[in-house]
Amino acid sequence: MLEKAIFGSKKFYAWMTFLGLLITIGMAAYLYQLYHGLGTTGMSRDVSWGLYIAQLTFLVGVAASAVMLVLPYYLHHYKDFGRIVILGEFLAIPTLIMCMTFVLVDLGKPFRLLNIFRYPTPGSVLFWDVVALNGYLILNLVIGWITLQCERQGTAPPQWIRPLIYVSIPWAVSIHTVTAFLYAGLPGRGYWLTAIMAPRFLSSAFAAGPSLLIILALFVRRFTNFDPGARAIQTLAKIVTYAIIINIFFFFLEVFTVFYSQIPSHMLHFQYLFFGLHGHATYVPFMWASLLMGLAAVVVLLYQNVHPNEKVLVVGCVLVFAATWIDKGLGMMNGGFVPSPLEHVTEYVPTVPEILIAVGIYAIGLTTLTALYKIAISVKEELRA
Amino acid sequence: MEGSRRDFLKLAGLSALGLGAAPVLASASKAAAQTFGDDAKALKGTHWAMVVDVSKCQDDCQDCIAACHEGHNVPTLPPEKKRNEIKWIWHEEFENAFPEQPIAYLPEKLKGKPFEVLCNHCDNPPCVRVCPTKATFKREEDGIVLMDFHRCIGCRFCMAACPYGSRSFNWFDPRLYLAKTNSAFPTRAKGVVEKCNFCSEQLAIGNLPLCVRACKNEALVFGDLNDPNSAVRKILRERATIRRKPELGTGPNVFYVI
Repeated sequence: MLEKAIFGSKKFYAWMTFLGLLITIGMAAYLYQLYHGLGTTGMSRDVSWGLYIAQLTFLVGVAASAVMLVLPYYLHHYKDFGRIVILGEFLAIPTLIMCMTFVLVDLGKPFRLLNIFRYPTPGSVLFWDVVALNGYLILNLVIGWITLQCERQGTAPPQWIRPLIYVSIPWAVSIHTVTAFLYAGLPGRGYWLTAIMAPRFLSSAFAAGPSLLIILALFVRRFTNFDPGARAIQTLAKIVTYAIIINIFFFFLEVFTVFYSQIPSHMLHFQYLFFGLHGHATYVPFMWASLLMGLAAVVVLLYQNVHPNEKVLVVGCVLVFAATWIDKGLGMMNGGFVPSPLEHVTEYVPTVPEILIAVGIYAIGLTTLTALYKIAISVKEELRA
Repeated sequence: MEGSRRDFLKLAGLSALGLGAAPVLASASKAAAQTFGDDAKALKGTHWAMVVDVSKCQDDCQDCIAACHEGHNVPTLPPEKKRNEIKWIWHEEFENAFPEQPIAYLPEKLKGKPFEVLCNHCDNPPCVRVCPTKATFKREEDGIVLMDFHRCIGCRFCMAACPYGSRSFNWFDPRLYLAKTNSAFPTRAKGVVEKCNFCSEQLAIGNLPLCVRACKNEALVFGDLNDPNSAVRKILRERATIRRKPELGTGPNVFYVI
């Protein structure tokens, strides 16, 4: 099946060349970072994680959302998802590759990466995060590939794949829970020290991931001969609607605890993000935009559920994706590290090389996604013909 | 052809074994002697701690910082790279050293007063808990929290975990910013985390920590908490002290007399 990822139309080659260019630029920027050190990024002594780890956090959620297709299809035999479950699994693979690449470029000593396995430390959440992410990657690769191959050959999937599918369901929940535990167990970081971190992560993941899937499914229907099915898309829309409402509800639970208790070490981070602190307010417009887009998305999606309309749905999905990306991709790190445990405010703004590296990694993800989707869709088209 | 290749591999294997095994065997037999320092002279403790008597600290004095940073090859970064600086011991004002226990109507003598802050060598260190490679660890015999610069992968999880901001990362090659190098202590490479080591290298040769020795006013006192006659226990018996963020359960081992 792999050959289907290599041969394609002119548009396909142009798209892959464009992505290849972005990857090359990103790699050049990474060599620059590797040579001069991570000081080429905007990170600092006080804000010691930035764009890279934020993208890891956000993308783990997108990867985990494959379970929103797998669970209804395999556990509840929801037939409408039968055609697109592969799109979920094949979305998880590139996002996990991006996650691990983001961890790699964040390391000060990337050549020592395997020390994580040479000196395994079960007490460290990072150790478990690496295990969980790699495990989920392998699960999706095996499940996605084998089921697609069987579909192509017109045979039933082998029996041994079933247990793997069942394992992948709680595993999806685990990858985002473990990622939340990276933050939620650290003393002295008031913004992160909250039990609702993992639930918030999961709810935003199950909003962001399926909304991306909807956009991808509509794109696939428009530009290929494969139709993921209008009912499947509307069911995904319901999932996104519930998830974004729950996500905003969880956010307000956190806001209540923080502001009603009035404990400064928890409040200061929210004040910094939403109102600014000691005259530093770089992220204030972003955070309000995120909150307002999230609320707007709820209105748009609820309307769409009553009056189904795919154009309106796309607007809702873009709003959800943008809102959750700002919340995790910008708010999570800046809110956690500012102010510092000594209550100094050092602001973080990513640098150009840092952004180019991040864009390059997204291009790696898109290249993989394009290749995998092309394989899956070619097989589906073949079967229809 | 096949024969000669096999012979070559055999030869290569044997010579590698010979070259590799000899030093390993030699070092194994001398393992005990490989510990740094002079075992007879070394200062031995079971629970090292420090007391900082802020009242004795002179406002404009930087002696302890200079002694530590010179002795440990801590680079001085130019002002435009201040956000990337490396600090083992430094000065903070009271409200930053103790943000969670503000004193209402802070006495005049404490306003703007420098408080020495450094690694607390916690009883229950969060940095050690989160490290994915055990590159940072708590030494069992005396409780010092140490770093293995050669094992650290530079993930900076420890920096997120430390509630005292005591850890620094080498964002650049630190050797570029060293005016002079102390050859008795290793320099670091870019990409690893570092912090105060309670002068484990000084204790090993029978010296008190560099900052303690550098202070002309004896504002810094070092000793063993498990020894009732130690200098630190003597002060703790007589004076009320506070520690930074004790409510987090980290068990900090730097005490402040204010």
